Amino acid sequence: MIILLNKSKRRGSHQMNIDVALKSQKAASKTKAVRKKYQYVAFLYIAPWLIGLFVFQLYPFIASFIYSFTDFTMLKKPSFVGLKNYIDLFTKDQLFLQSLKITFIYVIIAVPLKLAFALFIAMILNIKLRFVNFFRTVYYMPSILGGSVAVAVLWRFLFMREGLVNKVTSIFHIPAVDWLGNPKIALYTISLLTVWQFGSSMVLFLAGLKNIPSELYEAARVDGASKPRMFVTITLPLLTPIVFFNLIMQMVHAFQEFTGAFVVTNGGPAKATYLYGLMLYQNGFQFFKMGYASAQSWILFAIIMLMTMLVFKSSEYWTFYEDGGDF
Amino acid sequence: MKVRVQNIIAYILLTLLGIVMVYPLLWLVASSFKTNQEIFATIGLIPKKWVLDSYAQGWKGSGQYTYTTFFLNTFMLVVPTVIASIVSSVSVAYGFARFKFPFKKVLFALVIATLMLPNAIIIIPKYILFKNFGWLNTYLTFWIPALFATYSFFIFMLVQFLRGIPRELDESAIIDGCNSFTILIRILIPLAKPALFSVGIFQFIWRWNDFFNVLVYINSVSKFPLALALRMSIDITDVVAWNRLMAMSVLTMVPPILIFFFAQKYFVEGIATTGLKG
Repeated sequence: MIILLNKSKRRGSHQMNIDVALKSQKAASKTKAVRKKYQYVAFLYIAPWLIGLFVFQLYPFIASFIYSFTDFTMLKKPSFVGLKNYIDLFTKDQLFLQSLKITFIYVIIAVPLKLAFALFIAMILNIKLRFVNFFRTVYYMPSILGGSVAVAVLWRFLFMREGLVNKVTSIFHIPAVDWLGNPKIALYTISLLTVWQFGSSMVLFLAGLKNIPSELYEAARVDGASKPRMFVTITLPLLTPIVFFNLIMQMVHAFQEFTGAFVVTNGGPAKATYLYGLMLYQNGFQFFKMGYASAQSWILFAIIMLMTMLVFKSSEYWTFYEDGGDF
Repeated sequence: MKVRVQNIIAYILLTLLGIVMVYPLLWLVASSFKTNQEIFATIGLIPKKWVLDSYAQGWKGSGQYTYTTFFLNTFMLVVPTVIASIVSSVSVAYGFARFKFPFKKVLFALVIATLMLPNAIIIIPKYILFKNFGWLNTYLTFWIPALFATYSFFIFMLVQFLRGIPRELDESAIIDGCNSFTILIRILIPLAKPALFSVGIFQFIWRWNDFFNVLVYINSVSKFPLALALRMSIDITDVVAWNRLMAMSVLTMVPPILIFFFAQKYFVEGIATTGLKG
């Protein structure tokens, strides 16, 4: 095409203009025609994903459902056992209900606390202050390290009997607490690790806060509204879509928590931090009870789906969209 | 006056909470320079007696492999995974953002649905599949799925970004004789650089920190990435050398934090330039 254009240049500018005009007209009608039809070349571009979807996502998804009805152990040929795995989990396996219970406690503690912190800090960071970028980095820092082992190692050191946390509290004459050794406390210690990493939720809240038009606050101020009142009537309702998104994502994540419980306490003491993800890992990859673990994973899936649906359904009553929701 | 009081309170709160947030990290760095006795004796950061060889000693590892191996392993695992993720995701995102094809809506809904598919559900069949392929204990378990765009989040992100680039650019490129592939390579990828960088940075940090997947797929010490090496050290060294373990923990945190600082500048630039255009 470029060569063609050069040729036309030699033929004089008038001729060239006509050429270009004709060509662009042709091209335009051509693209129009193409746009109306399907462009099958797209399948070439999405082919990697299509293959990945079937091989690495859909197939495993269905396979795990099928495995869950077998006694798959990798040692012998799997045979169909019906609902046995599911029945055993609920009736014979005492660890199952225990781990389900503490996982629920963990999710109920860690997720709301994390979101509350994230929102609180985001609100402060939304005030026009100097060094805001510096503070944002400071609060985001623990989240960069995510569920890394280094952080879990750090947590283990911090909350040991002779660790930093007890050293600090002893300054205030608070008696030392066995953060990781006491079954009543260990789960909360692990939850704190999650709460500490509130950075990504904070960033989303911050973006949401910046989107709230300042006129709303000005109008409220003119009407003599107090700060808490503005928070309840303006900030919170307008942030509900982001609360909703954060809640779902953090919940899905928290139900699968693994690294903290595995590295910091390894499920102990007395199985007090034996989270569901940990039990799943042990059944599947330490005891190689693949069928059993698959059944367990499908129960987890059902729980996550149920909780997500509950949040979705309830959100009709508490999320607010500017283009008119159910309010 | 009222505003000033409010700001002062905000600064005090931010500083106090900020100290609580980062003190553990600073303490970890400081501890790597302390003697083992001192680590648990004081809460201060400055060591009374500086220990300078904990990094060198820690680097030697606890078995026959040094941290040179573990660092190289981590890079071998992470870097190709990152590159494969970028290449595959941009191709798929281009397909979704710019073309009309049958079942497009359904397929895109599947992209969104897999965003929420918990890893815990599919890990067992994936393990068995990889075992049958003979991929276990190799990094293929990370490279190949990345090559097939299994990280839906990145597809979603790039689709959003590509939709923001005006279609007129594509159309004028068609006039200039570009086909759909050269449009992607010459027009869209250069414009989407900030988004591609974001994908790369996210994926680098996530893969670097990943513990669960490497624990499942990798089992020989010679192939251990840092996450597994650290976890092995904590099990073996339940005795003395805390400072060495802390030194190695610090080192494993350095690359993601460096990337983040580099990225922050980049993100700010990206936002600033797109803001100017819009």
